[in-house]
Amino acid sequence: MRDFKMPALGADMEAGLLAEWLVKPGDKVKSGDIVCVVETQKGAIEVEIFENGVIEELVVQPGEEVPVGATLARLDGEAAKEEGAAPAPKRPSLPKWPPPPLPAKAAPPAPRHPPAPAAAAPPAGGRAAVSPAARRRATELGLDPETLTGTGIDGSVTLADVEAAAREPGEKRPAEAPAAEAPPAKPARKGFDPAEMRKAIAAAMQRSKREIPHYYLGQTIDFAAATEWLAATNATKPPPERLMPAALLLKATALAIAEVPALNGHYEDGAFRPGSGINIGWIVALRGGGLVAPAIRDADKQGVRDLMAALRDLVQRARTGGLRASELGSGTVTVTSLGERGADSVIGVIYPPQVAIVGFGRIAVRPWVVDGAVVARPLAEASLAADHRVCDGHLGGLLLAAIDRHLQQPGKL
Amino acid sequence: MSDTAPMTYREACRQALIEAMEADPRVFMMGEDIGAYGGCYAVTKGLLDMFGPERIRDTPLAESGFTGAGIGAAMVGMRPIVEIMTVNFSLLALDQIINNAATIPHMSGGQFAVPLVIRMATGGGRRVAAQHSHSLEGWYAHIPGIRILAPATIEDARHMLKPALADPNPVLIFEHVMLYNDTEPFDASVNAVDIATAAVRRAGADVSLVTYGGSLKKCLAAAETLAEDGVDAEVIDLRVLRPLDDATILGSVRKTRRCVIVDEGWRTGSLSAEIGMRIAETAFFDLDAPLRRVCSAEVPIPYAPAMEDAALPQPATIVATVRELMGRG
Repeated sequence: MRDFKMPALGADMEAGLLAEWLVKPGDKVKSGDIVCVVETQKGAIEVEIFENGVIEELVVQPGEEVPVGATLARLDGEAAKEEGAAPAPKRPSLPKWPPPPLPAKAAPPAPRHPPAPAAAAPPAGGRAAVSPAARRRATELGLDPETLTGTGIDGSVTLADVEAAAREPGEKRPAEAPAAEAPPAKPARKGFDPAEMRKAIAAAMQRSKREIPHYYLGQTIDFAAATEWLAATNATKPPPERLMPAALLLKATALAIAEVPALNGHYEDGAFRPGSGINIGWIVALRGGGLVAPAIRDADKQGVRDLMAALRDLVQRARTGGLRASELGSGTVTVTSLGERGADSVIGVIYPPQVAIVGFGRIAVRPWVVDGAVVARPLAEASLAADHRVCDGHLGGLLLAAIDRHLQQPGKL
Repeated sequence: MSDTAPMTYREACRQALIEAMEADPRVFMMGEDIGAYGGCYAVTKGLLDMFGPERIRDTPLAESGFTGAGIGAAMVGMRPIVEIMTVNFSLLALDQIINNAATIPHMSGGQFAVPLVIRMATGGGRRVAAQHSHSLEGWYAHIPGIRILAPATIEDARHMLKPALADPNPVLIFEHVMLYNDTEPFDASVNAVDIATAAVRRAGADVSLVTYGGSLKKCLAAAETLAEDGVDAEVIDLRVLRPLDDATILGSVRKTRRCVIVDEGWRTGSLSAEIGMRIAETAFFDLDAPLRRVCSAEVPIPYAPAMEDAALPQPATIVATVRELMGRG
């Protein structure tokens, strides 16, 4: 018998609200399966399990808020041996940190929106049909309309369906949930709340500026080679397959971090703990305000095309909901890239408990000296903010130099 | 004497013309067979005897010519009422209506007004086939510079002409051919209507039926059938097709959250498309179901009665569309 526990989905997370179970007792699970949805200040996060087994008991019911580390469910382990699945990773699991990552390729892709048992067949594209009025009302009521049974045209969820669900909390909530006469029940799934996210960002950034003695370095990187290489490699590709400069920045940073591992990891309880892989948190600005930094695992080992695909997927899911627990809080270093409409340079604030953040400003054509002559070149301002408790500027300079060096040979990225 | 004696739509149009002719010596009429014959739909019957051939002028079968003459007369101070037999024939006068009537006030920098009224019959249902049965008023509603009216009730047929004549710009009035024989109680105490707003002809809570002209009574009939099912339909009569009364349409849709637009014009590129788009642009988040339309089948209106009926919007198709929208299909 083993316990499946509430993970920490960010350095400052102390408790989480279980919004929804996607499994029931008796279900077989394997490492990588999404088993529940947890509400945090960052919105609804899909949480994976990292063990194989059979769910025996759901300990926490939807609507309950429990501290990080509390047992959410119990599972027995027989299925693990039976399937001979990958054992738990050898590296020691970090206290106060989310479960270790799934071994590469061990998990089949999990469906993004597991169908709610009661819901009518969703329309093509896998998205439930919810009328605009119903969606708005559901947001006001704190309900997830996609879990409701629709009675409208083509099985769509209507305003009346949402209001009926709000009137009958028993229907979508277990018996243990607050009774109908109780004050408004805790929402089943809040959805994204910009005010809550602002609080989460405030807490993390205050902690960073309070605790971490940052030092800052900057370096101008000649982006001509990378620009030419991108133009050549993209020339024959349709738009969806084209590489953006972001993929090169990401890969170059990952390779550079591999050379300077002292900047990759977490500073906790007065000591630096190196990261167990190079998991680059990529900052995604959300349209409603706020940002998230989901991690791209083992970025140094992936090709630029895979990284590009990963970036597109991550940005999409960050903006539409559907980030997974393993992507949040597992970053070992963060990159912030402002993109083509951004400012010329950015000096980041470290995301605790990490110890470094690399920033890239807009790539812009400016005067630059090449072979003694001033020429127009595409340039990018790279920056590093790093934790002085862990290392010194000399080491940081090596990192920026390595990023520069890798970007001069884009074909090898 | 009752204040609400019955009156036909035809008689309402006729009385409006007589009132206008008597009230203002600048008003005169031109059109095909409006004099000796009394009008293709008998709207002008007797007017020749009452007002004489100077003011009730039979014209050759030349829509461009007599519409152009009407524009000229309006420019020099007359108040002409031009009758075009059906909207199909008005296509011969498109150049006059669109390039001249609608533009001259603008092209002349405001020096010339064109206080012209053009009446024409529109719509299908009379078994007169594809060259006499179309609903092209939605095309005219595309054109800036003209006002488009579609009286669907006896009251509007009786009273829209006066404000139309008072408008310094061209006004086109579309009379649906299936309305002329309609008889309804006419409230004699009402003596004016506006030509700016849409009207709520039946209040309801569950779905808005937005329509005009000959489709109004079909929508009202559909609403009665739906009421038996417990579906409370609101019926909006646009009355004015240009400029559209967005406030009334959107107010209704925001209340009912569902909308079916019933337009005898063809669906593609139609007035119904314009209305639907305005709703989508402005009231998207109030909607509780997709927008729907009931329009004419995309064919030239057939001659055979069963096929003509099948091609036009009917109460049964409106009812079925609403039921589907309510999830009761």
